[in-house]
Amino acid sequence: MTTRGFGEPVKRVEDPRLVTGKGRYVDDIGDDRTLHAAFVRSPHARARIRDIDPFEAYEVDGVVAVYTWDDLAGPAAEPLPLLIPHPDLTHPRTGYALARDAVNHVGEAVAMVVARDRYVAEDAVALVKVDYEVLKPVVGLRKAAAAEELVYDDVPGNAAAVSTQAYGDAATAVAQAPHRLTFEWDIERSACMPMEGKGVHARWDRHEEKLTLWTATQTSTGVRGAVSAKLGLDLTQVDVVTPDVGGGFGVKIVHPWPEEIMVPWASMRLGRDVKWTEDRREHFVSSAHERAQLLTVDVGFDDEGRVLGMEVDILHDHGAYIPYGLIVPINASTQLLGPYKPDAYRVTFTSLYTNTVLVTPYRGAGRPQGVYAMERTMDRIAQYLGKDRLAVREANFIQPDEFPVDFGLMFQDGRPLKYDSGNYPGLADKLRALVGWDEFEDFRAQARSEGRRVGIGLGFYVEGTGPGPYEGGHVQVLTSGKVKVATGITSQGQGHQTAFAQIVATELGVPFEDVIVTTGDTRRFGYSVGTFASRGAVMSGSAIALAARKVRDRTLRLAADALEADPGDLEIVEGQVQVKGDPSTAVGIGTVAVLSNPLRYAFDEASKAATQFSGGPVDYSQPPIAPGDKPGLDETDYYSPPASTFAAGAHAVIVETDPDTAEIHILKYAVVHDCGRMVNPRIVEGQIHGGVAQGVGGALYEVMAYDEAGQLANASFMDFLMPYVSEVPTSIEIDHLETPSPLNPLGIKGAGEAGVIPTSAAIAAAIEDAEGIPIVRMPISPSELFDLRRAAAYPEPVVNTMPGTASTRWVDPASLPAAPTTESEDRP
Amino acid sequence: MKTSKFTYHAPRTVAEALDTLAEHSVDAKVLAGGQSLVPVMAMRLAAPAHLVDINKLTPELGDLEVTGDGVRIGALVRHARLERDADAAVRVPLVGQALRHVAHPTIRNRGTTVGSLAHADPSAEMPVVLALLGGSVVARSVRGERTIDAADFFVGPMESVLGYDELAVSAFFPAVPGRAGTAFDEITRRHGDYAMCGLAVVAQLDEADRFTSLRLAFVSVSDVPEVVDLTDDVAGTPYTDVDHAALGDRVRELVDPAGDLHASADFRRHLAAVLTQRLTREAAERAAGVAPGAAATAGTAPTTRGGRA
Amino acid sequence: MTSTSHRTGHSTGHGTGQVGEQHAEIRVKVNGVPRRFDVPVRRTLCDALRTDLELTGTHVGCEHGVCGACTVLLDGEPVRSCLMLAVSADEHEVTTVEGLTEPDGTLSPTQQAFVDCHGLQCGFCTPGFLTTISAFVAENDDPTPEEAREAIGGNLCRCTGYQNIVASVLRAAELTRERAAGDAPPADRGPAPDAPAASTQGGAL
Repeated sequence: MTTRGFGEPVKRVEDPRLVTGKGRYVDDIGDDRTLHAAFVRSPHARARIRDIDPFEAYEVDGVVAVYTWDDLAGPAAEPLPLLIPHPDLTHPRTGYALARDAVNHVGEAVAMVVARDRYVAEDAVALVKVDYEVLKPVVGLRKAAAAEELVYDDVPGNAAAVSTQAYGDAATAVAQAPHRLTFEWDIERSACMPMEGKGVHARWDRHEEKLTLWTATQTSTGVRGAVSAKLGLDLTQVDVVTPDVGGGFGVKIVHPWPEEIMVPWASMRLGRDVKWTEDRREHFVSSAHERAQLLTVDVGFDDEGRVLGMEVDILHDHGAYIPYGLIVPINASTQLLGPYKPDAYRVTFTSLYTNTVLVTPYRGAGRPQGVYAMERTMDRIAQYLGKDRLAVREANFIQPDEFPVDFGLMFQDGRPLKYDSGNYPGLADKLRALVGWDEFEDFRAQARSEGRRVGIGLGFYVEGTGPGPYEGGHVQVLTSGKVKVATGITSQGQGHQTAFAQIVATELGVPFEDVIVTTGDTRRFGYSVGTFASRGAVMSGSAIALAARKVRDRTLRLAADALEADPGDLEIVEGQVQVKGDPSTAVGIGTVAVLSNPLRYAFDEASKAATQFSGGPVDYSQPPIAPGDKPGLDETDYYSPPASTFAAGAHAVIVETDPDTAEIHILKYAVVHDCGRMVNPRIVEGQIHGGVAQGVGGALYEVMAYDEAGQLANASFMDFLMPYVSEVPTSIEIDHLETPSPLNPLGIKGAGEAGVIPTSAAIAAAIEDAEGIPIVRMPISPSELFDLRRAAAYPEPVVNTMPGTASTRWVDPASLPAAPTTESEDRP
Repeated sequence: MKTSKFTYHAPRTVAEALDTLAEHSVDAKVLAGGQSLVPVMAMRLAAPAHLVDINKLTPELGDLEVTGDGVRIGALVRHARLERDADAAVRVPLVGQALRHVAHPTIRNRGTTVGSLAHADPSAEMPVVLALLGGSVVARSVRGERTIDAADFFVGPMESVLGYDELAVSAFFPAVPGRAGTAFDEITRRHGDYAMCGLAVVAQLDEADRFTSLRLAFVSVSDVPEVVDLTDDVAGTPYTDVDHAALGDRVRELVDPAGDLHASADFRRHLAAVLTQRLTREAAERAAGVAPGAAATAGTAPTTRGGRA
Repeated sequence: MTSTSHRTGHSTGHGTGQVGEQHAEIRVKVNGVPRRFDVPVRRTLCDALRTDLELTGTHVGCEHGVCGACTVLLDGEPVRSCLMLAVSADEHEVTTVEGLTEPDGTLSPTQQAFVDCHGLQCGFCTPGFLTTISAFVAENDDPTPEEAREAIGGNLCRCTGYQNIVASVLRAAELTRERAAGDAPPADRGPAPDAPAASTQGGAL
């Protein structure tokens, strides 16, 4: 058994390359002859295009071409695809590769310049004259819902979709519950913001009539399908290669981006390599955002805090276009339930158009919003009943013996929302110890005596990971003994090459070092879905394991012939096939690979053994390749699960708020995490660290600040405040629980998104706990906390007594009239 | 985000640089550290037709001179060099106290202090320090040389009195005479960001620990650095008897900041008061020799910072 | 710049309405090797390193000096190469991530530390961290955790949450001390020169 197999904290094989500057990202590809593209982008949030005059831009020395929508024809001129249709998505709208006659957000691509370098291309972009008729934009959820202006004249109410799911009679359950509370929870926009933006490099080979496209995508097969359709090419004429990718976090799963059409389109016309590298400003205004939602919760519960009924209405801002369908609001509306199963539940979401950058999944993909609403509701139930917040959650947990749990709802993969396994009380027990929940009041008292304000917050979540439909893996033993593995999913830093090599090393019995993994290259593996929804390890890991098992069986069978033994008596140890426990009988798997492929021609010493006159016993009654068999020592297999597997976790955070400056500091952050069996704990913890940091960013620093005109006021790293090291907790305490999934051969669940999901919920709760002021809107800045403190001098929670029930509605103090001494600034 | 075209000049002497500036006047920009200019050029918010790179003028503009009166720095003295200069830290501690808040070390390795002054960003630290200390900038052109007092130097946000043909060749940060203490701190969103509010304080005491003067200047609070003189509020009072909270309230009345994405106007005003309360005490204690850092380099609180150039 | 005046060239292209770009010939010692090359005067140092010298290890993350991905060493000091014109590097020494590796291919203490501590995920911001930290541990080979955090305070990473990067700084310092004392553990090598450029890809580029 290799010591670097499944479950070991193996050092990554990717790293020696990446730390020496030998990584290869899209922008690293190309040479002197490569042409560079830049795009004219709309400066207006909503406008009609009257005319485009590219004449002056053409005249710039070094400009090769300027293209507008008028230059496009056929499928390339039609709207970009609606990737994920849904019956409730009644009014889908998608953009064009280049704007046709209207623009619907600042940053939308209007024209394309191709030039000898990017500097010249930008010179020309500045000279393309576009005549716009500027229209009044719709910005913000409340404006969109009010629908006084419409983004599209033929989309009433600005609603692309209204979708309801329910089980039980939630309205009655809420109405008849002993206690009832209503809340409105508000989350603002953030974005994935990978350190590398998007990028595309296209090479049209006019002799072979083949297109090779390198793109920083999360789905090379998706891009391949979309590009071949849009450019009128056979699928086999297009190869898409995903080289090293500098982070994705969701934004790169969307495809085709306009540039993924236009760059290869231009390359075909010009017969030259063409590349486009998104700059940071472009990324802010033309790559997707996420998160903005308003969630209204009406909850009924008993004296123990058990939720008897829950009604939720979600307003979801999806921006100007909706190519990725309803995935984000479906996640928010179903994953809101977390580790609880209220007796009755009804959720309705309305997905609204606004004149802002489109919204598509960002790590967590709607779950942070849903979890925020549910977890904060749990906090308030506890507060209302005067109970411990953890105890109220425990009263609502699905118990370990209840699995599988089928909610009767449909999940984002179009399959039942059915939890496969989990141990939520176990998470709570570990979290209680890890964060010191029971000792916190002593700590608070101590801090108070020093004039300090501290608070603690919790967030539990369940995350559907590893959705289908499928992934595949190809495992090939070379005659050298090396094992080459290919899978279709792409990598953006998850360490797939390491994790998958660990799986193969374990399943096949070969040294970890001998396993070399390729991802995201349609030349090596053409069937795939992509990297998203924490599915890489679950899906490709499982497929690769299945393929490796087939190779192992085949290796043993072939070796059994050579060793004249029964396959059941053989084992593979460190790449040697041997009779169990008898190394003297060992034959290298490379030798088995030689024997697996009968040869006429020898090309090296090893291959001589497989040639036709090499001697050895031959059964002349049989052909060299037995019927039903095949040459070579390689296998392909696929994994296609019946449903997603549901990972879970719990976070707790202790914050300190400065009584004077309203600064918010995280004193302690604790994570208990259950992603089933871990392939590589080191990689899993790295994913959690990164997720938590993004969660902290989303809770305390990051917001997309659109003004009323639809201009993004903070489209730079100066003003969009991604955390530096100084903003993340000094240490993130992690504990694991491993509840295997019964759905896949390795018992694993996804881990990629876990860190980010409950972070806003936990931090908001901790600030509320420290301050004694209701925290409703996230993220929150010191300036906003200062405003809330001022406003908190205002009324107590408004209490409405209704017949038979008590209904309390917390009012967001920010929505109250400002105190005379306060200049209340609304969030832009 | 690529800068537009310009004609590049790399003069080998200051005289050559001044000729170039005189020739191209309004069309020319001086490139020193570039930490503020290059990003705005990359965003094409600035597109000078001529760029005069003075980085080859170190022999003439690279001097850092510490005298009994204060610290004089040439236009090519980088923030990092000034920050690390032990003599400067002793002579004018406020300079080092503030420099530690200027962006991040990597920016300070390249950015120049005189460049930051010339950039005249109201969110930057060093203009405030120059104003509070009553320093000056020496500007030279083909017309001659003039010394401009800090009080006259800054005329608006991102605007100084430097003429188009003038090069800021040096700046002088005077030492504070007598029993003096200084303090600097700022409140930022992220470590290293421009301050939501920053404050520099100079306190002077007599031999009986009574205030003889107390002056403040704020970062990110006014369009140009303004000195808020609270001497009348405290003169003659032993520093231990001063009500620092009351000084904060006084400042609340005196400042009139604007709001932006990161801090409302009212929050800025509040932070100005909080910093006043904290730092007037600290500066006075330094003057009295009872606070850490009284001698020189030790700064205030943890380093949080902003500003670049 | 060489002492002669800058050469002004007109690049080829079919347009005629605009004047060509001013170029200049510069001499820069890059990773210990004297290089002499011609650049458009407006080209940033990072673009020149990447395109003219094909040193693509230096990455461009924001082009406005905030993220730190493009950090290189200028005469040994970390600077943002996106905030410097290539012409301003004339007559200076530049060290990029490619130049951190020992001549025999041995990983530098900082590079080794990142491998040891899982200090990177996607690897895009990593070169800027490596150059910054290399300069830091050369000055301070026994930092406190607080000093380690301060040292990387101006570099953005979106993947790691910085936890393992801070650990890498401390590990880099430890390796630096060990190597100075001559009792370092065997270090990893970078990929061999003939190794595939990127093993995430199946074929040649």
